Amino acid sequence: MSLINSVPEMVVTTKVDEVLNWSRKSSVWYMLFGLACCAIEMMQTGGPRADLDRFGAVPRATPRQSDMMIIAGTLTLKMALRTKVLYDQMPDPKYVISMGSCANCGGLFQLAYSVCDGVDKVIPVDVYVPGCPPRPEALTEGLLKLQEKMMQERWLVKKTAAEEEVRAA
Amino acid sequence: MTPVEVHQKVKERCGEAIESFNEKALDPYIVVKADAIVEVCRFLKENPALAFDCLSNMSGVDYIKENKIQVVSHLYSYPHRHKIVVKVDVPRENPTMPSVEGIWKAANWQEREIYDLLGVIFTGHPDLRRLLMPEDWVGHPLRKDFVEPEEYHGISTRRESLLK
Repeated sequence: MSLINSVPEMVVTTKVDEVLNWSRKSSVWYMLFGLACCAIEMMQTGGPRADLDRFGAVPRATPRQSDMMIIAGTLTLKMALRTKVLYDQMPDPKYVISMGSCANCGGLFQLAYSVCDGVDKVIPVDVYVPGCPPRPEALTEGLLKLQEKMMQERWLVKKTAAEEEVRAA
Repeated sequence: MTPVEVHQKVKERCGEAIESFNEKALDPYIVVKADAIVEVCRFLKENPALAFDCLSNMSGVDYIKENKIQVVSHLYSYPHRHKIVVKVDVPRENPTMPSVEGIWKAANWQEREIYDLLGVIFTGHPDLRRLLMPEDWVGHPLRKDFVEPEEYHGISTRRESLLK
């Protein structure tokens, strides 16, 4: 007998993993961390028109209580070290959105002596958002992509050795 | 007061300190000897007829072919609404000149920036640290012969050429 038809209609059956992922993706608190002009677009994304809040993402002013970091702007070598420290201070599970050309690859400034060309040289990145700067719609799309990725995660299932290797790399 | 009159007035007071004067330039400039810069600047600021009370900008230029670094100060007088540019040449091997921080407080960070990016040492500056680059950075990046380090704290600085 199928389980689905045997219980009343107001009961929803699901998997624990999915509930965990759903609750996690519905409250992605991102760290207040603006580096350059992309930060202005990030503020607009958090503002009333684009309203990132409706996806459960609100800004948080400390890395200790954040789930996600948006690298919004040009990453200088000086800032790269500090970014690494902030990333290490965030509790697991943590995610990174690289916003804009500068964070992705150094962008316009990639040949400058002071610029780190790409935030992925320092910390792992989950979603890259192209644009210079990306519009609020683009960053919202980036968050939605990240949420899709979060829904795919399986925390309770023991991973195979090969999967662990992929995750570690 | 026109730049020529300004130059005339400075020449009367400290003539031997002036190396040259160019009135044809877009911003007419006086080139001053490095050791006399404080004396000249103090005169420019404190003489009531000149009264250059504002240091609008201070910057450095590396002239590698002439083996010198030029420190350029743009001065403006709010009371008289006239302006002048004062330049100082220092040798590239030993770029040292007195600080004018005691005359215009605005020079504090400007001199730190010139020290940071070009390596000019301002003697008498109260706090000559790097302003923009990291504290442990090696070299002065706006020098024309600056060679970028291979890596910075494990972050590779090798970049693919855009012309490929």
